[in-house]
Amino acid sequence: MATWQIAVILVKIFLIVGLFQGAVAYMILLERKIAAWAQDRIGPNRCGPLGLLQPLADGAKMLLKEDVIPGYVNKPLYILAPAIAIVMATIGFAVVPFGPAGLDAPTVNGNPIHFQIAPNVDIGILYVFAIGSLAVYAVILGGYASNNKYSFLGGLRNSAQIISYEIPLGLSVLGMVMLARSLELNDVMSWQDRNGLGPIPAWGVFVQPLAFLIFLVSAFAETNRLPFDLAEAEQELVGGFHTEYSAMKFGMFFLGEYLHVITVSFLTVILFFGGWDAPFLGVEDTSWIAAVLKVGVIFFKVTLMVIFIMWIRWTLPRFRYDQLMNLAWKALIPLALLNLVVTMVLIQLFRGVG
Amino acid sequence: MKPDDPNLKRVEPPKLTLLEKTYLPQILGGLAVTGRHILGSAIGGKAVTVQYPEEQHVPTANYRGVHRLNKDEQGRVKCVACMLCATACPAHCIDIVGATAPEDWPDREKYPESFVIDELRCIYCGMCEEACPVDAIELTGLYDITGLSREELIYDKAKLLSVFDMTKDAEPMKTGNPPASLPVPTSPLDPEGPGPRTTVPAAQLPSRS
Ligand code: SF4
Ligand code: SF4
Repeated sequence: MATWQIAVILVKIFLIVGLFQGAVAYMILLERKIAAWAQDRIGPNRCGPLGLLQPLADGAKMLLKEDVIPGYVNKPLYILAPAIAIVMATIGFAVVPFGPAGLDAPTVNGNPIHFQIAPNVDIGILYVFAIGSLAVYAVILGGYASNNKYSFLGGLRNSAQIISYEIPLGLSVLGMVMLARSLELNDVMSWQDRNGLGPIPAWGVFVQPLAFLIFLVSAFAETNRLPFDLAEAEQELVGGFHTEYSAMKFGMFFLGEYLHVITVSFLTVILFFGGWDAPFLGVEDTSWIAAVLKVGVIFFKVTLMVIFIMWIRWTLPRFRYDQLMNLAWKALIPLALLNLVVTMVLIQLFRGVG
Repeated sequence: MKPDDPNLKRVEPPKLTLLEKTYLPQILGGLAVTGRHILGSAIGGKAVTVQYPEEQHVPTANYRGVHRLNKDEQGRVKCVACMLCATACPAHCIDIVGATAPEDWPDREKYPESFVIDELRCIYCGMCEEACPVDAIELTGLYDITGLSREELIYDKAKLLSVFDMTKDAEPMKTGNPPASLPVPTSPLDPEGPGPRTTVPAAQLPSRS
């Protein structure tokens, strides 16, 4: 690998990590704003114009607060847990394309520049899911190491929840994977671009509506967001797994959660909303202008998705634990299997269409 | 009532239809509600927030804030040191030292030599105001009291009387020698504002038994 290629990858890493960490700060502001609006309030508006400097103040607060480590915790695991949370949330981005990558990547002197940190990984989806399930270790270890009943309950709930929801999550994307005949996220996007029916694009949400719903529900559960935030459950578990955490360790859990939200939004957009696909953009446009437009489109869609996730959070109450399990095992998994079988049969019948 | 009582009405929760079991219609309905609120306050300016230091919240007439000790027409404290408020106070935060009234106050036997309320212990329940037979103690609409120490928030007689001077124009006394021509509100919580309260003769009150 030439030096310049390594340089490009490093630039991409810095760009993505920096961008998304900054985005998380502003997502927290956005979440607070949306929360406020949903409750007929105004929300933070004192820190800078429209409260836009609030994330800086929040960050400074997190960094400057006293970092308490209670005496009764399991210290190595206690310190490891937030680190896992943030590392797993960050490295998940490695294979998530944030623009054209693979075949339609723009070129410099004939060398393609992929808008993806690790381009052309054949098993992109698998990698993201694997990393996503590792993130649960943060919650479980955090809950266990805190040596606190509430934290422990939060960790337990979370482990059962993640194990249950991994299955429908994985099953629901298989439909798209079979249609695109690739586990690589780029190919899924270009398939959706190529196979439109007239003006209607072949977005996952149209060709696999059931899978989209299942994916969305499981994704909420995976990110531990309301209505599935049983691991935190402020009202029952006083914060759950992060009860004993303070200062930046708490902040790292937060950062991890929001990074997870970004990853899930990216996955949803890529798998079910065509990624960079827009009516005026195609896989054959490899110019730089098209590339910039594609990045714009995908980020726009992801922003909408993030807003939707927050909107849901302030709409639905938390599920009860048995309802959560019923939903996963009695509804989502059978439906996902059904969807899979129907998709398989249809693909066999209409070979050559997809 | 026994569990097999024939009068017992059993209510079964309504059965969900298949569509309702997916939760989807309800979720969409919920999203519409929150969406309306989000747009209403983000764009429509429907947020109820009061930008506090710049905009001052004006509490309703029956708001229970800091106390004041009312004065009569001659500027004397109205209180007759009957201790009813201190007795009624559930937080035991009123401390009164009564003394024999001066010779030239013919309308009463006693007056409070010292009258202290610990505003930090007070729970602003308004019992003192209810108890007072001469309407000498009243809760005002002042809500933004601050102090640098606990002692500062223990209000003595002078301070409580000064609260009266501060608030008497904005909130006239609810009772006490009103001219007979003043309209009499029908309910003590009349939104028209504070005014003399009707006193219902004890005989007309519904019996408690
Ligand atoms: S408002 Fe209630 S607590 Fe406060 S002084 Fe009066 S009776 Fe006591
Ligand atoms: S304020 Fe009213 S109730 Fe309290 S001692 Fe004085 S007259 Fe009695």
